[in-house]
Amino acid sequence: MQRYILGRIVQSIVSVFVVSVVVFALVRFSGDPIQIMMPAEATQKDVELMRAALGLDRPWAVQYWRFLTHAVQGDFGRSVRFRRPAMDLIAERYAATLELGGLAVLIVIAVALPVGVYSAVRRGSGLDYAARAFAALGQAVPPFWLGLVLVLIFGVLLHLLPTSGRGTPLHVLLPGITLGWFAVAGLMRLTRSAMLDVLGSEYVKLARIKGLPERQVIWKHAFKNAALPVVTFAALLFVALLNGSIIVETVFGWPGLGLLVIEAVDSRDYPIVQAVVLCLSTMYIGVNLLVDILYAYLNPKIRYSR
Amino acid sequence: MSPAEAAAATETPVLPRALDRRWPPSVPLVIVALLVLCGVLAPLLAPHSPVEGSLGERLIPPLGMEGSKASHPLGTDRLGRDTLSRLLYGARISLSVSVVGIALTGALGSLIGLIAGFFGGWVDTLLMRIVDISLSLPGILIAVLLSVVFEPSFTNVIIVVVFLLWPSYARLVRGETLGLKQHEFVALARVAGCSDLTIMFRHIVPNLLPSILVLATLHVGYVIVLEAALSFLGVGIPPPTPSWGVMVADGRGLIEQAWWVSILPGIAILVTVLSLNILGDWVRDRLDPKLRQV
Repeated sequence: MQRYILGRIVQSIVSVFVVSVVVFALVRFSGDPIQIMMPAEATQKDVELMRAALGLDRPWAVQYWRFLTHAVQGDFGRSVRFRRPAMDLIAERYAATLELGGLAVLIVIAVALPVGVYSAVRRGSGLDYAARAFAALGQAVPPFWLGLVLVLIFGVLLHLLPTSGRGTPLHVLLPGITLGWFAVAGLMRLTRSAMLDVLGSEYVKLARIKGLPERQVIWKHAFKNAALPVVTFAALLFVALLNGSIIVETVFGWPGLGLLVIEAVDSRDYPIVQAVVLCLSTMYIGVNLLVDILYAYLNPKIRYSR
Repeated sequence: MSPAEAAAATETPVLPRALDRRWPPSVPLVIVALLVLCGVLAPLLAPHSPVEGSLGERLIPPLGMEGSKASHPLGTDRLGRDTLSRLLYGARISLSVSVVGIALTGALGSLIGLIAGFFGGWVDTLLMRIVDISLSLPGILIAVLLSVVFEPSFTNVIIVVVFLLWPSYARLVRGETLGLKQHEFVALARVAGCSDLTIMFRHIVPNLLPSILVLATLHVGYVIVLEAALSFLGVGIPPPTPSWGVMVADGRGLIEQAWWVSILPGIAILVTVLSLNILGDWVRDRLDPKLRQV
C-alpha cells in the first residue's frame, strides 16, 4: 500500500516535470521572445542588452532552471497584453472558474446519482429507457453547441436568463448546466451499471430475505458498494470539467481561467498561457493522485495486494 | 410431430430486427454511408464554393423561413457563403481528421503496446510508465499550447489526437500480446526458426487486429467532437476552412439574427457522432464483446 502510494506520488511529480518542460520548451523554441518585446527600431545592441538582462543568452538548461524556480514561487513573468504579473491575473480569475465548476458538480451529483440508481432498480422501465437515451445523446452533443442552443432558447427566444458575463446568480445558470451536462451522462451510465452488478449479488439477496425495507436494501446495502467505481469517476469528472470549462467559458464569456487562456492564445500572450497551462495541469495531476489514493483506501483489493 | 416440425420448434426463436445483432443498425449505417459519400463527392455535390461568398447574399435564412432563396437551401452566413456547401466540405474535414488521426495513433500506440507486451522486462516497465504519464497530462491544454506556439493547423489537430489516444491502444495491445505470447503457435513459430520480427508481425499482429479495429471505431465519434471543439476554440482547423467547429464559432455572435449559421453544423455533428457511436457499439458487440465496459 505504502509502496503503491509512493509510486503514484513519484509518477505525479514526473508528470508535472514533463508538463513544465513541455511548457518551457514549446514557448522558448517557437521563436525569439525578444522580437516580440522590442520595438521595431531597436538596434542590434539594444537587443543583445535585453537578451542578457532577461538571461536569454544562457544555456537552455540554465534558462529552464530559472523558469522552474520562478514558476514554483508563482512568478511567470508579466502579461504582454495586460502589463501585469501573470499570477495576479490568475488569482483574479480562478474564483469564477471554481464557482462555475462547483455548480456543475452539484448538478452532476444531484441528477446523475439518483437517476442512475433508479434506472438500475427499475431496469427496463420507461425512465430507464429515457435515461439511457439521454446518456447516449449527452455524449454525442458537442458542448460548445449545447451552450449556443441554451442561449437561443433561454436568452433569445424566452428572454429568461442572461447569456453572457458574470454578475447576478442567474448568470451562472446556463454555463453551469452546459458544463454539467456531459459529466451527467457518463456518471449516470456508470452508476447504473455498478448498481446492476451489486443488485445481483448474494448479500443484496440476503438483505431482501431478511425482510429489510427496499429503501434500506437499495441505499444502505447496494449503493454503498456501488459507490466504489463511482469514486474513480471523480477523476474523470474533473477532466470533463477542466476541458469543458475552457469551452463553456468561451461560449458564455465567463471571466474564468479558460477564457483567460483562450484570450491569451489570440494575443500570443506567452506568460499567461504558460502560467495557466502549468497551474491547471498541476491541479489536474494532483486530483488524479488524490483520487487514486482514495480509491486504494476504499478498495481492500488494492489495500492488501500491494 | 414431423421431424421438420420438431426441428423448427427447437430452433432459436427469431429475434425482432432491433435485437438481432448480426446486422448493423440500419439508420446509423445509412447516415454514416451518406456522410462518407458527401465528404468524398463534396466538390461535385456542393452548389457553391465553401470559402467564397457573395456579400450581396449575406445571412439568407434556410428554406421555409421568410426571405429564403432556392439557390441556398440551408441559408448563408455573414460573408454570404452557402451553408449547405460548407457543411458538405465540413464532412470532409471531420472524416479526414478522424481517419488520419486514428490511423496514425492506432499504428503508433499498437506498435508501442506490441513491443512492450512482446519483450516484457524493463522495456515493458519503461513504456507503461510513459503511458501512465501521458494519460495524466491534460490534452486540451496541450492543444492550446501547441496552437500558441505554431499556427493552428490540420497537423496540430492530428498531433493532439495522437497524443490523447495512443495510450489506450498501447494498453489494449500490450494486454492482448501478453496473452497471445503464451499460445503454442508462438512457441512453434520460434521452433520453426522465425525471428522476433516475424513472430510479432506475421503471427501476433493478425490476432490483434479485431480488438484494434473495435477501439478505432469507438474513437471516431470522439475524434470528430474533439476536432470540432478545438476548431471552435480557434486552436484547431483555422478559418476559412469549413470545419463544422469553425462554422459553429462563426455563428456564435449571430445567434440572435441568424441561428442557422451555428445551429445547423451542430446538428450535423450531433447526428454524425450519435450514428458513429451506435455503429461503434455494434462493431464492439460483434467482434469483441469483452471490451464492453459500462
